[in-house]
Order: sequence, then structure tokens, then C-alpha cells
Amino acid sequence: MFARTSTVVFSPQCGQVRNMTTLKDITIRLKSIKNIQKITKSMKMVAAAKYARAERQLKPARVYGTGALALYEKAEIKAPEDKGGKHLIIGVSSDRGLCGAIHSGMAKTIKSEIASLTSAGKEVMVINVGDKLRGLLHKSHGQHIMLNCKEVGRKPPSFGDASIIATELLNSGYEYDQGSVIFNKFRSVISYKTEQKPVFSTDTVASSETMGIYDDIDADVLRNYQEFALVNIIYLALKESTTSEQSARMTAMDSASKNASEMIDKLTLTFNRTRQAVITKELIEIISGAAAL
Amino acid sequence: MMAARFLRRSLPLLRQTRCYAEAVTGTPQMSFTFASPTEVFFKEASVKQVDVPTLTGAFGILPAHVPTLQVLRPGVVTIFNEDGSSAKYFVSSGSVTVNADSSVQLLAEAAVPLDQLDIAAAKANLEKAQADLASTSDEASRAEVQISIEANEAIVKALE
Repeated sequence: MFARTSTVVFSPQCGQVRNMTTLKDITIRLKSIKNIQKITKSMKMVAAAKYARAERQLKPARVYGTGALALYEKAEIKAPEDKGGKHLIIGVSSDRGLCGAIHSGMAKTIKSEIASLTSAGKEVMVINVGDKLRGLLHKSHGQHIMLNCKEVGRKPPSFGDASIIATELLNSGYEYDQGSVIFNKFRSVISYKTEQKPVFSTDTVASSETMGIYDDIDADVLRNYQEFALVNIIYLALKESTTSEQSARMTAMDSASKNASEMIDKLTLTFNRTRQAVITKELIEIISGAAAL
Repeated sequence: MMAARFLRRSLPLLRQTRCYAEAVTGTPQMSFTFASPTEVFFKEASVKQVDVPTLTGAFGILPAHVPTLQVLRPGVVTIFNEDGSSAKYFVSSGSVTVNADSSVQLLAEAAVPLDQLDIAAAKANLEKAQADLASTSDEASRAEVQISIEANEAIVKALE
């Protein structure tokens, strides 16, 4: 009994030290979470606007890109299985984070591709479009990285950007036998999928059997055609990638704002309870002090 | 439709001729896709003929054209629709693919309908480019100026 009354008398300091939640702490936390909620809400609005524009631009880009790939599908050009020691992977992502699993999903795909290709004895080189991919890949697979592209994702990608990437690739002189472009294909506002589109070298295309039906092609024309097709595929990948990224960022920021709202509700309740408890304690002190007189 | 039904009824009598005719009418129509990176002009449309300017010369594509791949040069693309009307576009460069199933993909890096081009501006650009050609000596910029001259000449020729 005595012990209990003594703890009751000393409880204010012990209570504060034990819970670490004075009114001031809760107020600070509440203010910072409210700020975070404002920021994530505005990021969601910005991402929604950018997503609307990206989706609008994706429609013609998709027709354009599927037109560019039509030759490879109709002529059923396949890379020869046995030869072809050099492989190229172009991973298309962006510089900015806070977009859910966009970058990590792509890095996972690229890592598993590198693993399967190197175990099959092929040489793999990777081009990173986007700084986030570089950050994810350079520690573990630094020796495979050939080219890094920065400043991706701030402005919507243009055909000029795709042609710059293709030019750098061709200037680097890496004689790949076949390759693939890995990007996040946009399916809907809430879903995207990591996909690969093939890139063939001029030799593979020229020596493919079905190419025989195509009339009047000389090496120069084929090389120009291939270079143009490469730019088109990269352009399609960039457009799809930005649309997926903006929609994923919209979803991520939306759930972040919702979580922040929940935390604010809980903290506000705790704040009110703590406030009432403090007032009650003060009243008790005053009353017991007055009663003692 | 009526003709086809008539042909089918007379099939047993004129079998050989019918087979030959069916081979021709069975040819798929041209599925024509014409797009630039920012705009789609035709998507799997059925057209009668397309005239394209390529590096090896201008040629017209009709349904059942032999499969080929070509690279475009600056010039005018003319599309003749099924109803006889034609549409002209100026393209800067790109590629054209004719596949075995008569599908044609015309991908232009930049394409505008002819009526959106201003001939006065094109002439002014042409003169400026020709003046630049005399002054530049660096390989890369020389090539750029020559591309500019070629494109502007083609625009002026198309608009006249």
C-alpha cells in the first residue's frame, strides 16, 4: 500500500520518462507528419498530371513502335542459338525514385538476365538509361555496365533522346550479336509489366532466311534501316517506361498520403488523451494542494 | 459480294480460270500504317497506292507489292485512298517496310501535311543553307548543312 501511494506521488516524472510522450513531442510529430502528407499529396497531383500527358503521347508512340517491330515479327527473325557470344541489354528506367517497385523490379530482371546469359557462356554488356539503375547495378555488376544515361525523367522523352542513346551505342563500337531492350510496359493506371523487346544485329537480319523474300536490299540500306529501327525501339521503351513510372508514382504517393492521414488520426487521438491527462493531473495537484490547507 | 457468289456457283464449270481469279482476289488488301513519333496518320488502313521517296529513287506501292525495305529521303509521300482522293505529306527521313502479307509500315522521323509548309520560309532557309555551305569546313557541320539544303530543296520543289 505504502509502495503504491509513493509511486502515485512520484508518477508525474516517472510517467513522463517512461512514455516519452509529452504534449510537445506529440505536437512536433503531428506537425511533421502533416507536412509530409501535404508533400505526398502534391506529388500525387503532379504525377497525375504528368501521367495524363505521358499516356496521351504513348498512343501514337505505340503505333509507331509496333510498326518498327513489325518487320522482325513478320519475317520471324530469330537470333541463331549456337553462335552469338556477345549480348547487349538496354535497361530503360529513370533518375527519380518514390515510384514503387519500378527500378527494383527492372534491376531484378536485368540481374537474372545477366546471370542466365553468363552461365550460358555469353558476354553481356548493359546500358543503363537512368541513374537509379546505375545505382542498383554498379556495385554487383559494375563490370558489365557499358554506358550510363543521366537526366532521364525530368522532361518527357523525345525522339531526339532516343537517337542520342542509339548514337552513343553505335559509337561505342560494341559488336553485339543480339540484344534486348528491357522496359516497364504500361498496362493500366495500376499495373505495369517488365517486358523485353529484341534487338538484332545487322548480320543476324541479313543472314536470316526469311529476309530472302525482301527484294532489292543492299548492305547500306539495311544498315540505315537497322539503325533507324534501333532508335524506334528505344523511343518506344522510353515512352512506355515514363508512363508506367508516373502511374506508379501516383499510386505510391496516394498510399503514402493515406498512411500519413491514418497516422495523423491516431496521433490526434493520443494528443487529445494526453492533453486531457495533463489537465486532470494539474487539477488534482491544485485540488489536493488546496485541500491540504 | 454478288460477284463472288456468282463466281462460286460457276466454280465447277470454269474451275481452272476460277482458281486463277481467286488467287488474285484473295490477295490481302494493303494494311497501311503511316506514323511519326508524335502522330499517327494512318493505322492499318486500306489504301490503293502509296508513293514514297527513297534513297534509291521514288516508287509506288500497291497491294501485293514485292516485299522490300527502304530508307526514306526528304520528299513528298502521296497516299491514294480507296475512293480516289489523295493526301500528300512531306517527310524528312525514315523507313518503309513492305511485308509479304501486303502490310506496309511507313515510319517517318518527322512528317507534316503539305499545306502546313510555308514556301517563303523554305526558300529563305534554302538560301541560308547554301550560304552556310560555302563557309563551313568541318566534316560534321558540312554534312548537316548539306542535309539542310537537300531537305529545303525538296520542300521548295514539293510546294511549287
